Amino acid sequence: MKPEFKIIAKLIEKNTRVLDVGCGDGTLMEFLKDDSKIDIRGIEISKNNIQKCIGKGLTVIEGDAEKDLIQFPDRSFDYVILSQTLQAFLNPEKVISELLRVGKKAIVTIPNFGYWKVRLHLLTKGTMPITRTLPDEWYNTPNLHMCSIKDFFNFCDDREINLYKSIALQNLKSSKITNTNLPLKNLTAVLGIFLIEK
Amino acid sequence: MNKDVNIKTLKINKPLKLDCGQIINNFPLAYETYGVLNEKKDNAILIFHALTGDQFVSNVNPLTKKDGWWSYAVGSDKAIDTEKYFVICANVIGGCLGSFGPSNTNPKTNKVFGITFPIITINDMVNAQFNLLDFFKIKKLFAVIGGSMGGMQVLQFVSNFPDKTKIAIPIACASSHSAQNIAFNELGRQSIMADENWLNGNYSNQNKNPNKGLSVARMAAHITYLSKNGLQEKFGRKLQERDHLKFSFDADFQIESYLRYQGAVFVDRFDANSYLYITRAMDYFDLSKQYDGNLSKAFSKTKTKFLIISFTSDWLYPTSENKEIVIALNAIGADVAFAEIESDKGHDSFLLNVPKFLNTLKDYINTSYLKD
Repeated sequence: MKPEFKIIAKLIEKNTRVLDVGCGDGTLMEFLKDDSKIDIRGIEISKNNIQKCIGKGLTVIEGDAEKDLIQFPDRSFDYVILSQTLQAFLNPEKVISELLRVGKKAIVTIPNFGYWKVRLHLLTKGTMPITRTLPDEWYNTPNLHMCSIKDFFNFCDDREINLYKSIALQNLKSSKITNTNLPLKNLTAVLGIFLIEK
Repeated sequence: MNKDVNIKTLKINKPLKLDCGQIINNFPLAYETYGVLNEKKDNAILIFHALTGDQFVSNVNPLTKKDGWWSYAVGSDKAIDTEKYFVICANVIGGCLGSFGPSNTNPKTNKVFGITFPIITINDMVNAQFNLLDFFKIKKLFAVIGGSMGGMQVLQFVSNFPDKTKIAIPIACASSHSAQNIAFNELGRQSIMADENWLNGNYSNQNKNPNKGLSVARMAAHITYLSKNGLQEKFGRKLQERDHLKFSFDADFQIESYLRYQGAVFVDRFDANSYLYITRAMDYFDLSKQYDGNLSKAFSKTKTKFLIISFTSDWLYPTSENKEIVIALNAIGADVAFAEIESDKGHDSFLLNVPKFLNTLKDYINTSYLKD
């Protein structure tokens, strides 16, 4: 299981309603369900993954987060999770606003484009960076809107989105991101995990 | 109907008020069961059949001597495993395999009802079948499952009896019949009524049968159950047992011969008036209209878990119409899962050997049974 899932699980209180957007094969859903008595739903675009989830008895619907979140009423979930897929949407801004409409809080994780290896790759090689979290070539990557942790901070700041908790993940180590250590974390973190609310 | 075949029939003595206003009483409901009801009585699955289905869902149908209509899905170790679950399936009222229908004799006139039989709705069918729970002393079913018109009955069942099933699986259906679907049904009905042997529905009393009309109705409907790609792949422009076109109106093409065969075998097992009544029931189905135009309200009282399944090539009950049910359920926070299965077999996909569908169905049923 991805190390970020354990951090996400810690951010979620027990006995809550949670929606996992882009739930994949349901690994995180199963983990949350067994661990903390959470009423969890998922939405996923891949048919194969949907069949896997349903086979596990998970409540998932096949759909596209950019079109299908509309069917969920305002604030119908305590938490909405979006794990490492924000950058793959055509319109991430709209997706974030939908997450914060449907959920009282949202948990968003992003691969950090400000990570030093990414910067170094572009600086020294002059080609699009390829790392463990960004394994694809520029022509076949699903990632349309890459951003850094600092970008995401600014994004939330501009829209008066409250960054409730910000966590940097590097390998297996996690640490808090604050306004003072932001430049450093933006350089050292592979992944940013954010608990946000509007 | 073949009199030698033993058809299990429940005589329903509780009066049933139909949507048309008439009250029926002491009427037969034919059913079949598979598997064993366990001691806790928590393993019962009620399956609802589609337009031309019947109670013989699995094994060999004793009348046609062919496999039951859902043999791919129901049986020992199948998606709906009769080693684990007690499966009940009834012939709908309005049907022609032992349940109260237009081919029954009206005791008041001693003549076959024909079109003097009352108009039946999906709601009436479901209410009639609910008597099976009392009969088997089942407090709560484990599952209600059905495709096409069977799916409509699943939706109606949960709406009428919100706490009488743990899970519900409506497949390839809609919460109301579209104009296109009504149009196809009307085509079928008009073709039956245009047959000179239909005799205003009175054919049985005069020992006739509108075979031509019923067979054309079946041929037209059968096309709607398939997909363009599926047809093209299976038949293309292949000729039927000949090397050249005959320059006549014989069945030159395999697809013609196939449709004629489908029509011919259908008239041997199905009553033309039942076809009129059941297609009418489907056309009248509009669950949201029953709840002031708000489909969500139909399910507001239920804790039933739903799995909704559609098929990519189904243009009769397309994914968009299945999704409307998902949306209505999500709007009230109901427990609903949804999958669209890739298949080129059209609406008929749910009846055929589509492994992705059957595996999804099997896993969902088995994991749901284990969970509280």
